[in-house]
Amino acid sequence: MSTLQFFLNNGTEIFARALEHLWLVAVALAMALLAGLPLGIALARRRVLRRWVLGAANVIQTVPSLALFGFLIPVPFLGGIGATTAVVALTLYNLLPILRNTYAGIAGVDPAVLESARAMGMTPRQTLWQVELPLSVGVILAGVRVAAVISIGVATIAAAVGAGGLGVFIFRGVAMVNHAVILAGAIPAAGLAVAADLLFGLLERRLSPR
Amino acid sequence: MLADLSLTVARGETLVLLGRSGAGKTTALKLINRLLEPSEGEILVGGRRQADWEVVRLRRSIGYVLQDVGLFPHWTVERNVSVVPRLEGWPEDRARRRVREMLALVGLNAAEFAARLPRELSGGQRQRVGVARALAADPPILLMDEPFGALDPITRAELQREFRALAQRLEKTIVLVTHDIREALLLASRIALLAAGRLVGIYRPEEFLRAPEAEARAFARSLDAGTDAPPVTSHPGGGP
Repeated sequence: MSTLQFFLNNGTEIFARALEHLWLVAVALAMALLAGLPLGIALARRRVLRRWVLGAANVIQTVPSLALFGFLIPVPFLGGIGATTAVVALTLYNLLPILRNTYAGIAGVDPAVLESARAMGMTPRQTLWQVELPLSVGVILAGVRVAAVISIGVATIAAAVGAGGLGVFIFRGVAMVNHAVILAGAIPAAGLAVAADLLFGLLERRLSPR
Repeated sequence: MLADLSLTVARGETLVLLGRSGAGKTTALKLINRLLEPSEGEILVGGRRQADWEVVRLRRSIGYVLQDVGLFPHWTVERNVSVVPRLEGWPEDRARRRVREMLALVGLNAAEFAARLPRELSGGQRQRVGVARALAADPPILLMDEPFGALDPITRAELQREFRALAQRLEKTIVLVTHDIREALLLASRIALLAAGRLVGIYRPEEFLRAPEAEARAFARSLDAGTDAPPVTSHPGGGP
């Protein structure tokens, strides 16, 4: 059976798996933002913490993805078979780029501008929302972009822990030694990654102040 | 940084803090709006001890202009100038009106400049916007840290002259930091000379060139050797 034919015959399932895939990635991205943004801001304020936290995030990044999924399976609440494990693992992977870029963005704001914000009588909260975040949004989004692209790739492994997604085709295709089935997972996944890259790239240019 | 500094700035005067780099001028200035805290001693603003002011309140009632201006690079001129009025919760239309008034005051056409970003301005225009921003909420006190230091000599002279007229008209209490003796003589009601963190003396501009202190002599001599001035021999009075 040709690849094209497989695509045509299984269009509905491919589409459903792609949505599943996107959902895993989107939830993990949201969780990583929820944790990474405040943590990154805190790191820029208390630079003593920086080495430890960025170090920890770096170590997580070096764990091979299949191994990380495997490690999580026996963990209560976070692990097990299914989407939760996948989302937790993807969140951990997303954390480093988001954390690092948030820190770099905030720490990179011109000190003269910060002093001027203080001198104008802005409270620290006003300085954060009106000056620091708007000025670092480009750098932060660059981190989100990297996280999104990486996790769309890594999420194909999620099928190994029963979380579904486009990886289902890839694992099935490998087991069947059938290229058409592998490509039914690999091509849409690559397409999603390219689309995410373009989307966040656009957003980055739109929102960047300089 | 500073030791035994005791100074009173009278309402409506322009006090210039003059000194070499590292003399403690900027430190002294930042103590006034509590960008820095004194290790000992106290500072009264408007007759009230600083501890009795809420710090945000204190800063919003003191205009501040720095060298390189520190305009917010992501905001238009309009938004930059209206920053303190907006923090103070002025209604939109009043803030807008105020921006136009302030831009006119510093000689910028609002229709042309209000929507520009700081990077789309020349150095002199940025400096004007910085002054407009500092004056927007009509603070009684204005602090200026080498406000004209980063400009070319011609623009600097132009802005200094305009600012002198403006200061006389506005009746603000102004503390201005500079290492430029010409600027001090041009703008000051009184000059406080600092050296190595200590106050050397306070002079009226006309007294300064006759002051006996070594540091004051050094500054007076630098006038003759000034880079903008013609050679000493062909320079009649040597004064401003």
